[in-house]
Amino acid sequence: MAEEKAEGGLVFHPLDQFIVKPLFGDGPVHWYTVTNLTLWMALALLAIVGVFVLGSRGRAVIPTRLQSIGELIYGFIYKMVEDVCGKDGVRYFPYIMTLFLFILFSNYLALIPMSYSPTSMIAVTAILGFGVFFAVTILGFVKNGPAFLGLFWMSDAPAILRPIIAVIEVISYFVRPVSHSIRLAGNIMAGHAVLKVFAGFAALTLVSPVAIFGIVAIYGLEVLVCGIQAYVFTILTCVYLKDALHPAH
Amino acid sequence: MATETTDAAGVCVDAGGSALGMPQLCADWMPNQIFWLLVTLIALYFVMSRIALPRIGAVLAERSGTITNDIAAAEELKNKAAEAEAAYDQALLDARAEAHKIVAEAKAEIQAELDVELQRADAQIAAKTAESEVAIGEIRAGAVKSVTAVAKDTAKELVAAMGGTADAKTITAAVTARMKG
Repeated sequence: MAEEKAEGGLVFHPLDQFIVKPLFGDGPVHWYTVTNLTLWMALALLAIVGVFVLGSRGRAVIPTRLQSIGELIYGFIYKMVEDVCGKDGVRYFPYIMTLFLFILFSNYLALIPMSYSPTSMIAVTAILGFGVFFAVTILGFVKNGPAFLGLFWMSDAPAILRPIIAVIEVISYFVRPVSHSIRLAGNIMAGHAVLKVFAGFAALTLVSPVAIFGIVAIYGLEVLVCGIQAYVFTILTCVYLKDALHPAH
Repeated sequence: MATETTDAAGVCVDAGGSALGMPQLCADWMPNQIFWLLVTLIALYFVMSRIALPRIGAVLAERSGTITNDIAAAEELKNKAAEAEAAYDQALLDARAEAHKIVAEAKAEIQAELDVELQRADAQIAAKTAESEVAIGEIRAGAVKSVTAVAKDTAKELVAAMGGTADAKTITAAVTARMKG
């Protein structure tokens, strides 16, 4: 991504890795075009199917390694949903599991060199974040009716403060989907862009050892970030879901 | 290379194939991203909710059931083992008491027999002793008589040899007196 020019300057294109390209041939990217993004989403889907469907194919009481991984993730998310949302939140476990697995596998597949990271695209994470927002809001009104608005009314607070707190709560409620989606896309995009910048510096002989060490270090950090962002997205979804199920503070 | 990329170039990509601004914000690509995201999510949801999650849930439930059953079975076996041990201990105690009893009986029997035998032996010994004493007394009496006769004869011979004369009665009386003395 970096070209050494005649005058010795370096040109970085750290954002080129996020360009959406048609997978077959060239041409404009229509909404239905099969692109590199489609390929990596499909690979994430296949990886998930591999772990969760093929891995659990034996239905063994003593699990194989792959089945064990699937069961660990299942237990982890199931317990999270149960702990945060309560027993009645378990109904929504498949949705939350779907979100978590999609983000987790997309994040980790994006760490493969030359891969594409769907979760770094703000359009993708915005659909995820706003999807959660609308689903939770609609669910809150369906389950609780107008009582759902009690979420914004702190009955424990002093009477004078209640309207002020209500305003703050409403603002924070509407900011939720924005922060929810930008947090994920921003983290993944920034990490990949920094990796590319270090890779660009690696072309310079003088600093290449430092640059390569930097790539290794940032890559290690990204491995953590990928897991943590998937976890954060999921647990925030659970927290929002809990608000919808039990709006009273 | 240049011709290919210029074909793909749109609002978001320059003639060299590099991104203009952030590719994330390119509105031309967003419908594509959203469409494929929805396809992936829906496919994933159906795979997870129809196949994977029920299967894993069933496996986990089955495993916890198996573990519970196994623990119950182990508890039962443990109780049985404890019972068997108690029975064994009891049997051991009984056997030991029985053995003690048998030993005591045998000892008493032997003691009784021994006493009888000892008494009999004592009686026999006493009888033999009495017999022996009688025999010894006879022998002693015989011996004294012989010694007296020898002493009388010897005294007579001595008196005769020294040229003395003495009648037999006097010598006998003298010897008898001496022997008493």
